[in-house]
Amino acid sequence: MSEKLRRKGRGCRKGGLIPLAAFIFFLFLWDGAWAEDLDTLPPSPPREVTAFDTPNDAGGSITLTWRKSTDDGTGAGDVTAYIILRAERKEGPYKEITKLPAGAVRYEDTTTKDGVDYFYKVSVSDGVNISESPPSQAVHSKAQWFNFKRLNMLLAGFILSLGIVYFISRARAGKELYIRKIAGLDAVNEAVGRATEMGRKVFFIPGILDLDDVQTIAGLSILGQVAKLTAEYGTKLEVPVCRSVVMVTARETVKEAYLDSGHPDAYNDEIVHYLTDDQFGYAAGVDGLMLREKPAAIFYQGAFYAESLILAETGFSVGAIQIAGTAMPSQLPFFITACDYTLIGEELFAASAYLSREPRALGSIKGQDLGKAIILFILGLGVVLETLGITGFSQLFTTQ
Amino acid sequence: MRREIPLFITAITGVVFIIAYFIPHPPFNQIQDLFQTWFQIIAAFAIILGVLNLMVVNGDKVYRRSKGWGYSVIIILSFLVMAGIGTFKLGSKASPLEEGTPFMYLFYNVYYPLTSTVFALLAFFVASASFRAFRARNKEAALLLTAAFFVMLGRVPIGDYLTSWIPLKWLHLSTIANWIMAYPNMAAQRAIMIGIALGIISTSLRLILGIERSYLGGD
Repeated sequence: MSEKLRRKGRGCRKGGLIPLAAFIFFLFLWDGAWAEDLDTLPPSPPREVTAFDTPNDAGGSITLTWRKSTDDGTGAGDVTAYIILRAERKEGPYKEITKLPAGAVRYEDTTTKDGVDYFYKVSVSDGVNISESPPSQAVHSKAQWFNFKRLNMLLAGFILSLGIVYFISRARAGKELYIRKIAGLDAVNEAVGRATEMGRKVFFIPGILDLDDVQTIAGLSILGQVAKLTAEYGTKLEVPVCRSVVMVTARETVKEAYLDSGHPDAYNDEIVHYLTDDQFGYAAGVDGLMLREKPAAIFYQGAFYAESLILAETGFSVGAIQIAGTAMPSQLPFFITACDYTLIGEELFAASAYLSREPRALGSIKGQDLGKAIILFILGLGVVLETLGITGFSQLFTTQ
Repeated sequence: MRREIPLFITAITGVVFIIAYFIPHPPFNQIQDLFQTWFQIIAAFAIILGVLNLMVVNGDKVYRRSKGWGYSVIIILSFLVMAGIGTFKLGSKASPLEEGTPFMYLFYNVYYPLTSTVFALLAFFVASASFRAFRARNKEAALLLTAAFFVMLGRVPIGDYLTSWIPLKWLHLSTIANWIMAYPNMAAQRAIMIGIALGIISTSLRLILGIERSYLGGD
């Protein structure tokens, strides 16, 4: 029982009935203001108030923890709020920085200045009375040099990178590496060849995101390979883009590809052209081009959103052979439905290496496979341990 | 040098970004924002190139009377009207983005309905794509059709209405639909996501190490 409840109980026993009735009658006469004055006993203060520099952060933050008042949830059960007070000297003055609801046991003060010592008190209120905890020890915030919450990711990244570098070095040493066949990439030649035979264009759509997205870079890598083929076969290529930076980069990619294949004269800047940054404006523009030009092959390689199906269905309607690739899981079903071949997620990132057959790039794909094998093993082990009620293992892989 | 300098910049930037992810201390925690700002500045300048290209390509189409040159006229006119009204604040006192200005009038009454229309086309494309996808040509397609049947019907009130009389709740269409979404579908999605994450790491490493050069136009 809390101190407050014990004191309240003693008050009732000592008083007796007649004085209590007279007291209540007197209060009624006092125009209803009695309710506030009944509770004169403050709630018990929060205990063990601890302040410490918030770990793993960029500074500017101190975390405060405490044990609840014994009248919060238990005892008198009338705690309504906790008030956080802060001062730069132990003796004060303390200023209120925030108010938290009953039940709170933690607060992160993100308004501190690094290097300045602060003292904290936690007050508890029952709506009428307030009681304060003793001040905390002096504490100051500072930025940390390592985020230990991400240590697991660092280790995982390191192991994976080690695997990739190992396979790259093996590939460099001339070791033959097996990569499974990817039907969508084997069909690139067929698609460009078909366009050549039909005397129609090849369209390449590098997604709708900018160059700061890795999918766009992966898409441009594939564009380089496709452009080499179109240059060799003498097929017309058209690359409508929706980002200016992508346009500049794609031009460079196509130009270099034409140069590498020995047909620099076949290149002109109009192959890669800008339409608009607007998502549906771009979709409408590309659809219009498809319907007018009737390309024989269309590549969708990069990041796509809702426009994916609008584009792919229009491409289907003009009878083009379509090869899509994206790492947007929500758009994959649309591409699978409307296109002849679809590179699912990781295949998009493997495409450039697969098409170029460059040993070092293939080595990195092999390293990626090693990562998959490790993850598969960890997943299996995690499932078994969780089923057995051992939860510590899965906690090792929590990311923040 | 033309190749080496971009590769060197890519490698240094990549390494710095990786380090910055694990170090919350300034200046590392500000690097991402800083690079994002730089990228925005570069993109802002690059848009001039994009717009110039748009005008040149479409102007050339109009000049040559190429196939579909009429659309190019509309593109050029639309661009000039919107850019002109916005840049010269025609009909607005402070900002063309205020309510009631000619710029916003065109935005709400031309641009907005047009983009909504294109988006709405998706409904028809979903129908036509579903029609093709849900034909039970082989075992996989039959499985897809069955799953789609349960999910689509289980997500609408009539699904539950049809099966609400069954005393076993796990046989209700909504329960089956939720199970398909929460287990087989989620498992497949997560497998794809893990593959994507590994693919991104692998691609990033190739870019940082200078192995992946196709985006620069080849080996």
